[in-house]
Amino acid sequence: MAKVFIYPVNSLILADLVERYGHKPLAVMNQVREKVTNISLDSPPVNITPEDPKIGLRYAAVEVPPGVRGRMALIGPLIEETEAAIIVENPPTNFGCVGCNRTNELMKYLVREKEVPTLEVVYPESEEDAREFVYKIAAFLESLPKEKDKVGEKKGEEKVEEEKAEGQEEEQ
Amino acid sequence: MSAEEAGIVKIALVSCGSEYSGVQPEFEEAAARVNAKFVFPEIDIASIDNIGKEFGLEVASGDLRLMMARAKAVVEGITHVDGVFITTCFRCAEGAIVRNEVRRYIHKHSNIPVISYSFTERTSAGTLLTRLEALTTVARRRHLLAREVQTGLTAGIDSGSTTTKAVVMKDNRIIGTGWVPTIKVLESAEEAYSRALKEAGVSREEVQALGTTGYGRFLIGKHFNAQLIQEEITVNSKGAVYLADRQKGPATVIDIGGMDNKAISVEDGIPGMFTMGGICAGASGRFFEMISKRLGVEITELGALAVKGMQEKVTMNSYCIVFGIQSLVNSLAKGSAPEDVAAAACYSVVEQIFEQQLQEVDVKEPLILVGGSSLIEGVPKALEELLKIKVLVPRNSHLIGAVGAALLASGYVEE
Repeated sequence: MAKVFIYPVNSLILADLVERYGHKPLAVMNQVREKVTNISLDSPPVNITPEDPKIGLRYAAVEVPPGVRGRMALIGPLIEETEAAIIVENPPTNFGCVGCNRTNELMKYLVREKEVPTLEVVYPESEEDAREFVYKIAAFLESLPKEKDKVGEKKGEEKVEEEKAEGQEEEQ
Repeated sequence: MSAEEAGIVKIALVSCGSEYSGVQPEFEEAAARVNAKFVFPEIDIASIDNIGKEFGLEVASGDLRLMMARAKAVVEGITHVDGVFITTCFRCAEGAIVRNEVRRYIHKHSNIPVISYSFTERTSAGTLLTRLEALTTVARRRHLLAREVQTGLTAGIDSGSTTTKAVVMKDNRIIGTGWVPTIKVLESAEEAYSRALKEAGVSREEVQALGTTGYGRFLIGKHFNAQLIQEEITVNSKGAVYLADRQKGPATVIDIGGMDNKAISVEDGIPGMFTMGGICAGASGRFFEMISKRLGVEITELGALAVKGMQEKVTMNSYCIVFGIQSLVNSLAKGSAPEDVAAAACYSVVEQIFEQQLQEVDVKEPLILVGGSSLIEGVPKALEELLKIKVLVPRNSHLIGAVGAALLASGYVEE
């Protein structure tokens, strides 16, 4: 299973497609869900605090507006996890939109910088294009490794567990 | 209970996504403190793709197009609101363009009061309070703002950041004034008020109604049991058109205070659009105080000195008070004449107000300049040079807040 970054990062259709092919979509909905369901001081409706734009400084400098950095505080960690990406250019608003084009520019750049397998497609204008669009995405998702990554992931989890155990031993 | 029944003012929040900037709780808190609530005008999501063409301003960011769609919903009455708060991220050029055009669009096509603001993640409820208080006052208390004549025996105290002013008025005349530096808010207010009462020859008990304004308005209002505690935007615009005798029709009020400045677009004495603040205290009375001190003159002498000088001879940038003083020191070190430096300081302050504030309101004549800095003769002169229009400085322009408060407080005499 690959962790697939989707653009637009809140596209339900793309997230659904990625899931159907057995991969994990890296969508902003999950980040927001985590924000609003975590019981803490910044629980809903106050789910983004002034701390978030500061977290966003990891991805954009202080002269970048707080709206970009606040969004990047949610999206940036997803990009860090990215193993593959699907970027849809020129989508209509109801296909998905985070509202701020500066954030769009930055997140696409950061994804491309990672040099992971990336599919860039243009949003279809006709029915025929739509079929081609879905076919391309499906083919791309099919091409991504599934089992191998599962093993890798398990190994990763085991490693984390080992590290934790080691840490506990040291503390004792 | 509906919002209308509860007297809650409904403000449309037209923003580029302030909820992502961590400031939304501050917005909500400021609104709650003035018994207002934000509403989000409903729009058809599909309209976002075409609104740019329809509006005539095509931008890439979806939330900025959402702002246009929401403004349209307000103007067309799809969403009924009492006021509009337009806000975008500070330092975003695309956001600033849309913010300004959306503000102009609402102002042109409706009578709904509008304010605009650019926020950072450090914007606090306190910063927004005065602005939202003014917005809700215009929406909620139009009848009070319609008052054009002071009646009875009333008083007004303006507790400003630098000076505290008090006036006592009787039957539409100022009969006593007090003007003292603000040191301790309450003590300064007591002193200014006592001086005004003494000059008027009346006792506190005789005063039928009192109004307070300025930064210390809540504290002194509570202390003196004021009938009216009101922010300075509405009070000052009222005071300005009253003192300048321009109560009917359009006017633009510029108030250069000790700590900030305000530009207010007024129609029949009621503020329509207004902005408050500046990048730095460089565009305020504080800058003049520092300049006077460095030039070794009293602040009351700075204006006369500036009128004799030529600002073109000195380059001064008061965008930041520190850099402004640096320019001053450099120019004096190069041998510039004090009068040229004083003139440059006046021009620099006015230039910042022009660049920062006057872009946010439509300048309509007459332009009334008020606040302590209006007494520095070089300031109205520089403003006239910059805007190429006549600037009115009414008599007692430094007492604007106190006069406005006394005038509006007289509404409580009859009540």
